[in-house]
This record gives sequence, structure tokens and C-alpha cells, in this order.
Amino acid sequence: MTDTIAEHAAPDLKAGTPLVEMEGCGKSYGAIRALEGVNLTVNAGEVACVLGDNGAGKSTLIKIISGLHPHTEGTLRVDGKERHFSSPRESLDAGIATVYQDLAVVGLMEVWRNFFLGSEIRKGKYPMAPLDIKAMREIADAELQKMGIFVKDINQPIGTLSGGQRQCVAIARAVYFGARVLILDEPTAALGVKQSGVVLKYTAAARDAGLGVVFITHNPHHAYLVGDHFIILKLGRRVLDKKRSEVSLEELTTEMAGGQELAELSHELKR
Amino acid sequence: MSSSVATKPSAPPPKAAAPARTQRSVLSRVLARPEVGALAAAIAIFLFFYAVAEPFRTLPAFATVLYASSTIGIVAVGVALLMIGGEFDLSSGVAVATSALAAAMITYQFSLNMWVGVIFSLVVALAIGFVNGYLVMRTGIPSFLITLSTFFILQGLNLGITKLVTGTVATPNASALDGFDSARAIFASDIPLGFMTLKVTVLWWFFFVAVASWLLLRTRTGNWITAAGGNQASARAVGVPVPKVKIGLFMGVAFLAWFLGMHLLFNFSSVQSGLGVGNEFIYIIAAVVGGALLTGGYGSAVGSAFGAFIFGMTTQGIVFAGWDPNWFRTFLGVMLLLAVLVNLYVKNYAAQRK
Repeated sequence: MTDTIAEHAAPDLKAGTPLVEMEGCGKSYGAIRALEGVNLTVNAGEVACVLGDNGAGKSTLIKIISGLHPHTEGTLRVDGKERHFSSPRESLDAGIATVYQDLAVVGLMEVWRNFFLGSEIRKGKYPMAPLDIKAMREIADAELQKMGIFVKDINQPIGTLSGGQRQCVAIARAVYFGARVLILDEPTAALGVKQSGVVLKYTAAARDAGLGVVFITHNPHHAYLVGDHFIILKLGRRVLDKKRSEVSLEELTTEMAGGQELAELSHELKR
Repeated sequence: MSSSVATKPSAPPPKAAAPARTQRSVLSRVLARPEVGALAAAIAIFLFFYAVAEPFRTLPAFATVLYASSTIGIVAVGVALLMIGGEFDLSSGVAVATSALAAAMITYQFSLNMWVGVIFSLVVALAIGFVNGYLVMRTGIPSFLITLSTFFILQGLNLGITKLVTGTVATPNASALDGFDSARAIFASDIPLGFMTLKVTVLWWFFFVAVASWLLLRTRTGNWITAAGGNQASARAVGVPVPKVKIGLFMGVAFLAWFLGMHLLFNFSSVQSGLGVGNEFIYIIAAVVGGALLTGGYGSAVGSAFGAFIFGMTTQGIVFAGWDPNWFRTFLGVMLLLAVLVNLYVKNYAAQRK
């Protein structure tokens, strides 16, 4: 599994070099400010965890990096160059792959078509060039097996796989296409304990291969297993930003559960 | 760095022995195709008319059925791809008339070569398709509403402009114009096969279905069409240019509507301005009978051909059987219901086999 990731990781990645840097980044949807003043650095070979409750701005943050919605304030630098992604394609071309919790795959399409969607292998460059279906089937099958995912039939619709398997196919796809930065949006939210473990192992493996990983979650336990750097968002603002050495799991958990507010609440509710 | 991590990563899980691959049987895979239900229904309806209507059994009758099917199937194949791409087009029926009227009137009024009118109307048709697609993608309003508006706009324009230009509700006879015969050869000629005479539209229909099938199953564009209809957000997130794909699909429907419009113009020499109204539903039904999901992301081009064939057989079969044509719509409805039921039954059966 680790070998697969190392095999496809970009060779020029050096642990510690910043891949994505956000400075004072924010996003407004009309009058609503979903995110403001966020600083985030994703280094090669590190996992940056972004934690937050529902509506904290986690999704907005990754949508900026993955090119779904461009930011409206602050700067975003990728590999040292300032960027303003206006489509997911641009972000993908910059080596940023995103695995979404809800919109990872197209359920009615075959596993192999999903694996290669948007990056199909063709027998030629002309507009109506046929797909190299045989090669795509074989590669998809081999890559999935290498990651320990065994599907009954590579031609079956991906909707027939379990949620965890679908998530893993999406990660395998991102890794295969040579991502430099991997964004995982709540990868463990819909999964059982065992499947979460598999996803967390992939996350660690991707980090060890030198990729920069952004791990979005609302589960501090999962985050603390793999994270090197933790950011907690609340109502679009950053309320905690600490390295692993500066923070304990208890602190993360308390902060996630509401921190000071929770303490006040418990005082209020005391009988 | 990994020393600071609680889990000891990078120990790959013991490679489990790959479970034996079960390749589904050929029958299961065939039954899982979207068009197989329509094929079954088409065979059933064919046998039915073959049994009850004696004139239906002759080859010329079969040629007539194929011709009737082709006039539906040519547009239906485009509509099927559009529906797989997750959108509707209610303006496809009147766009046929718009194309034919535009070609006839511009050529006649300015005494041009017929081919100028053919090209002009192609540009008009593609512009209609582009506007449909652009508005749907730009505004995010459901295509049902956008194309319903286009439908009304075009219906009014067809009648209004024709009345304004010619003073009547039909175009003048165009058969004496330069280039009419060469255009007719392409769009509306008869092909004698000895045992029967086939309209050229039948061949064009087969050609368009073959191209569409290939496009859908064998090219990157086809992958993108299915993905855009199956899950637009996912498709966009992995870099599929969804707006381009969908605008292209709307323009594809418009192109095929133009093609049928050209056929009608050169077949009948004159075009009624009220032509084509109501046919948009027939195209959609042909696509749905052929296995296209109303919600997008699933369907086939060949299926739309079976759907069109069912329509062609029913419209002609009623005539051949000598039944009262007043009952036509009722009979059509029953046939459709049966076709959809057979479709559903086959799909469920295929799903259970898996």
C-alpha cells in the first residue's frame, strides 16, 4: 500500500517544504461571510488537520483550495506562487486532489470509469479518440488490489460498493494521478471503526510518501492519530492553531466540544 | 517525523489473498444493459401486429414502419444523450419547424441557392441549442423551465414570422429553387433496394445511432456525459467541464432537429408553421422507453432507436390493421405503458440475477 503511494508521489517532494499556504483567506457568499482570516500552511510530508463543528467553514476552506469556489479575500499560494483557482481542473493540474465525503463518485458508473473519470486514457489526442478501455480496466483493478480493495467485478456500478470502499477508491484514484496535496473531506464520517482505520492508514502512508495532506474532520480522536498540525474553526474563524507538540488530545476534544462555552454551560446547568 | 505520530504507520496490511474474481455471465451482462427491456417490448409489439394485421407482414410495409420510426428516432437519439446528461429539451419539436421554416423562407425571399438556406438554418438551430444550454448552465434553472420557455417563444415566432413574410401559415413551394434537388438527394431521397424502397432518413437514423452509441460508450466525451448526468457535482470536482458537455448536448439535439427539419422541407417542398408541436414528448418518451432514466446518468442511444421503432410500428400498425384511427392515442398510451412495464420487469429480473 505504502509502496503504491510512494510509486506515484511526485519525486520532487521534500518533507517540510510548504506546498499550500493560505494567508488571511476568506470567502463571502453574498452578505454571508463563511470564512475569514484563515492562515493555513500545508507542508510536504505533514498532515494538517482542520477541525470544526457543522457550519464552521471547513467545507468552504477546502472548496477554496480545490477550486470549487474561489476565495474573496486574502491570498492563496501553491508551491510559492500566488493562485486564484476558478475551476477544479486548475487545482487538479496544480497537483491538488480532493476526496469528498459526499460527492466522491458517480454511483451508476462502473468502478473503472469512476477511477479514471476526468483523466481518461485515450488511444490518440484527436477529439473523438476512443478510450483505451482494456488498459483502464486493468490499471484500476491492479491499483485497487494493491491498496487491498477487492471488488467483485471492476465493471459493476460503483454504487454497489460499500461507503468505505467507495471512499478508498476515491483516495486510490487521487494518489494514482500523482497528487502532491491530498485533501480528505471528512473521510471517516460515514465509516465504521475498521474502515476508518483503513482510511487513516492511507492518510499516514500518503504523508510518509511526502504528500501534503489536509485532513478535515470533526472527530478529534481520528485527527490526533495522524495529525502534525491542528486548526479548529468556529463560525468561519480560527479559534485554535497549534502544532502537535503544543496540544494534547484532551485540549483538542474540549475545544471541539465547545471549550469555554461548554464550561459556562455546565456551570449554568449545575443543580 | 513519524516518531511523533501515535500510530506506527506504513506497515502495509498483510496482503489478503485475492478472492476469486467472478466474471458475470454473458446473459447477466446483456440483461443489465439499459436497452434490453425496450428490445423485448419491440419484439412483442412486432409479433403482435404481425399476427393481427396482414398488410403489416409485407416488406414495403416494413419500409414504411422504418421510415416512420426514423423521423422520430433521429431526434430521439439526441434527446436520449441529453437525458443521460441529466437535462430535458422541450423545444426540440418546434425547433424542427423553426429550422425548416428558416431555410425555406430565407432562400425563397432572397432567391438564393437552397444550400445557403440549409447552412443558415443550421446556424439558427445551433444558436437555439446554445442558448438553451447556456441559460441552463448559467442560471441553474431546471432545463424543463428554460426549454419550455424556448418552446413557446419558438412556437410563436414560427407562426408570427411565417405570417409576416408569406402572408399565410405555410412557406411557398421551394422545389423550383436552385440546389433543391441536390439537397433533396441528401435529406429526402428514396433508395431502391429491389425488394423494397427505403427512405434515406432510415440510413441517417442508423448512422446517428451508431455515432451516438460509440460516443457514449467508447469516448471520453461519453464518460463525461454520463458523469454530468449521474452526479454533476462529482463530475465537476474531478475536472469534467460540465457546462461545455451540457451545452454541447443541447446543440446536438438542435442539430438533429435541424436535420429532421431539412428532411421535412425537402420531402414535402413546403412547411407548415405549426409543425412539430407535441413531438418533443414523443422524443422524450422514445428515450425513456429505450431505458434512459428521467433523472439522468443512465440510458443508451440504441435504446432510443428501439423506442422510436416501437412508436413507428404502433402508428403504422394501427393503419395496417384497419382500426379506427380515432382510437390511435389511446392505443398508443396502452402500448407505451406495456413497453415501460416490460422494461421495468426485465430490469428487475436482471438485478435479481446478479
